[in-house]
Amino acid sequence: MAAEEKDKSLLGWIDERFPLSSFVSEHLVKYYAPKNFNFLYFFGSLALVVLVIQILTGIFLTMNYKPDAKLAFDSVEYIMRDVSWGWLIRYMHSTGASAFFIVVYLHMFRALFYGSYKKPRELLWLFGMVIFVLLMAEAFMGYLLPWGQMSFWGAQVIISLFSAIPVVGEDLALLIRGDYVIADATLNRFFALHVIAVPLALAGLVVLHLAALHTVGSNNPDGIEIKKNKDENGIPKDGIPFHPYYTVKDLFVLCVFLIIFALIMFYWPDFGGYFLEAPNFEPADPMRTPEHIAPVWYFTPFYSILRAVPDKLGGVIAMGGSIVVLFILPWLDRGEVKSIRYRSGIFKFALVLFVISFIALGILGTRPATPTATIFARLFSAIYFLFFLSLPFYSTKEKTKPLPERLTHSVIPLEERVGWHWDLVRRILAWVTSIEAYRRLTGVVGGYLKKADGYVEELIKKYSK
Amino acid sequence: MKTIIALVFFALSFGAQAVEGSFALQKADVDVFDLESVRRGAGYFVDYCMGCHSIKHLRYSRVGKDLEIKDEVLRKDIMPEGAKVHESFLTSMDPEDAVKWFGVAPPDLSLVARARGADWLYSYLKGFYIDESPTRPTGVNNLYFKDVAMPNVFWDLQGLQRPVINTHEGNQVIERLEKVSKGKLSEEEFDQTMSDLVTFLVYAAEPAQYSRLSLGKYVIFVLLILAVILFKLKKEYWKDIK
Repeated sequence: MAAEEKDKSLLGWIDERFPLSSFVSEHLVKYYAPKNFNFLYFFGSLALVVLVIQILTGIFLTMNYKPDAKLAFDSVEYIMRDVSWGWLIRYMHSTGASAFFIVVYLHMFRALFYGSYKKPRELLWLFGMVIFVLLMAEAFMGYLLPWGQMSFWGAQVIISLFSAIPVVGEDLALLIRGDYVIADATLNRFFALHVIAVPLALAGLVVLHLAALHTVGSNNPDGIEIKKNKDENGIPKDGIPFHPYYTVKDLFVLCVFLIIFALIMFYWPDFGGYFLEAPNFEPADPMRTPEHIAPVWYFTPFYSILRAVPDKLGGVIAMGGSIVVLFILPWLDRGEVKSIRYRSGIFKFALVLFVISFIALGILGTRPATPTATIFARLFSAIYFLFFLSLPFYSTKEKTKPLPERLTHSVIPLEERVGWHWDLVRRILAWVTSIEAYRRLTGVVGGYLKKADGYVEELIKKYSK
Repeated sequence: MKTIIALVFFALSFGAQAVEGSFALQKADVDVFDLESVRRGAGYFVDYCMGCHSIKHLRYSRVGKDLEIKDEVLRKDIMPEGAKVHESFLTSMDPEDAVKWFGVAPPDLSLVARARGADWLYSYLKGFYIDESPTRPTGVNNLYFKDVAMPNVFWDLQGLQRPVINTHEGNQVIERLEKVSKGKLSEEEFDQTMSDLVTFLVYAAEPAQYSRLSLGKYVIFVLLILAVILFKLKKEYWKDIK
C-alpha cells in the first residue's frame, strides 16, 4: 500500500533513486543569498557561463585543429576560412579567453572590496585562487596552439623562466618543453593539457568553490553575516532564495554581458591587437625573433613585475611572490571588519593605489621595457607588494565604522555618502542638471523611454493572455 | 591622487615613444565593401604578385562567391591559365627555389595584411627606391622594410624613385623619395591600384568578414529584445523585495 501512495510522477520516480529535488532545493530554492547584491556580484555566475562557452567552442575547435607543428598554423587558418562557422567558433573562443580574465579580475576585486576572503570564507578564497592559477595555465598553454610567432616566442620566454630556478631549473624546463627548444613535442603536450587535464581540474575546482560557498553562504556589500539574524523558521531575515530571485537577475545580466561580448566578437574581434595579437598571424619561425615580445594583456601585470627585477631568478621569485601573496591574503588581513564601507581611510587609500598599480603594471607590460618604464614598473611593483605586506601591521589598528545590524543598500545613495570627493561629485551633478540643454535632453529621452516601456507593457499584456 | 594619475600618464608616454618607427605610414583607403575595388585588386594580385606569393587558404570559388563574380568572368579575368576553380591562389614557384633565388620564401600576403595592417602594406608597396649599393641584388631598397628581398615589381607602373638624403646630426637620413622616371600610370592611378590591391588582401586576410559584419547586428538586436524581456521579468519577480 505504502509504495502505491508515493508520488507517481517522473520526478517522484527519479527522487526515489537520485536526490534530484533535494539537490535543487538545497542549492537553488533554499539557498538564501543576501538581498542587497550589487553589480559587483554578477561576475561569479558570468565566469561560470564563460567557462561553459570556452568548453563548448573548444570541443568544436578540436574537431578541426591539428596539434602538429607542421599543420597547426594552417589548421587554424583552415578553421577561419573553410570550416562552416569556424570563424565564429574561433572568435568566440578567443574573445571568451579575454572575457574570462576580465570577469575573473572583477570577481577577485569584489572579494578585495567587500572582504569576501575573510573568516569564514578562507577556503572559498583558496579554491578560487587555485582556479585563477589553473586558468592562467590554461590560457598560457592554449595560446601556444595557433603556432603563430607570438605563440612560439611567448612560450619560449615564459618556459625559459623555469630554467632560472636553481639546481632543477634546466631539467624542469626540459620536462615542460619535451625538447631543448619549443617544438612539436611541446605543442602536443600543451594540447593534451589544454584540452583535457586543466579543464577537468577546473571543473572539479568550480564544484569545490561552489560547495564551499554554499556551506558558508555569500558575503554581501555590508560584510555582515545574514545567518546571524534568522526568523522563527530558521531563514535569514535578509536572505532571499537564490532561485528565482537571483536566477532571473543573473539571466538579465548575462544577456547584457552577451551583448557586449557579441559587439566585440562581431565588430572588433582582435580588440586593437589585445585579444588577438597581430604578430600571431605570422606562422611561428624559430629562426626569427619578433621585434617586441609581449604576452597577452591578462598576463602583463605579472610580466611587468617579472621585468622590474634586474636579476632573472629574482624576477621569477617576484612574479611567483605576487601570486603567493594573493593566496595568503586571508591571513595577512587581520581586521575584523570585512566591507570597505566600514573600513578605515587607510585601507581605502591603499586599495585605490593597488588598483592603479595593477592597471599601470598591466599597461607597462604590453610595452617595451625602456629605462624610464622600468623605473615606473619598479615603483608600481613595490606598491603592489606593499598593499599586501602592510596589511598585517595596520589592519588590527584600523579606525572602523560601526557595523549595521541588518543589511543596508546595495549601492549607497549619493546623498548619504560622506567625504570631500563626494561633495565634489554632488556639486558637479547639481551643475550639470541645472543646465537647460540637459533638462531638455532628459525630457526627450525620458519621454521616448516611457513610450517604449508602455509599448512593451502592452505587448506583454497582450501575449500573457 | 592627482600626482599619481599624472605619474601614470608620464610613465606611459615613455612607452609610447619607444615603439614609434622612423617613417610615418601612409593611410590606405580600404573599403572591403567596395566590391569593384576588391575585384580589381584580385586581378592585380594574380598578375603581379602570384608569380611568387600565395594565398594558401583562399579558393577561386570562394572569391567568386564573396565578390559576386560570374564563373566565366572569374575564369577569364582572375584565374590563371589551367587553374581549377576550387584551387587556392597558389604560386607555381617552388618555395625551395625561392629560398635559393631570394634567400627567403615569399610570405602568404593575406597573413601579412593581418599581421602588419593595411597601412603598412600600402606604404611598403609605394616605398621602393633606387639603391645601387653592391649589397642590393635587386637594385632597390624599401623605406618601410630595410634590405627587403623583394624586387620592385611595380616599377613600370609607378616609375622609379630616388631617395633625397640629408645629413642630420652626422647621420645620413632619407628625407623623402622623388620620382626620376615616369611610370605608365599617373600618381593618382597608381595610388588607386595599390589601394585596390591592399583592399583585396585585407579581404583575403579574413574572407569571413563579410558574414561577420553583416550577421552581428541581427544577433545584437535579438539579444537586446531578450534583455528587455528579462529585465521586465526581473522587475516582476523583485517587486516585493525591499
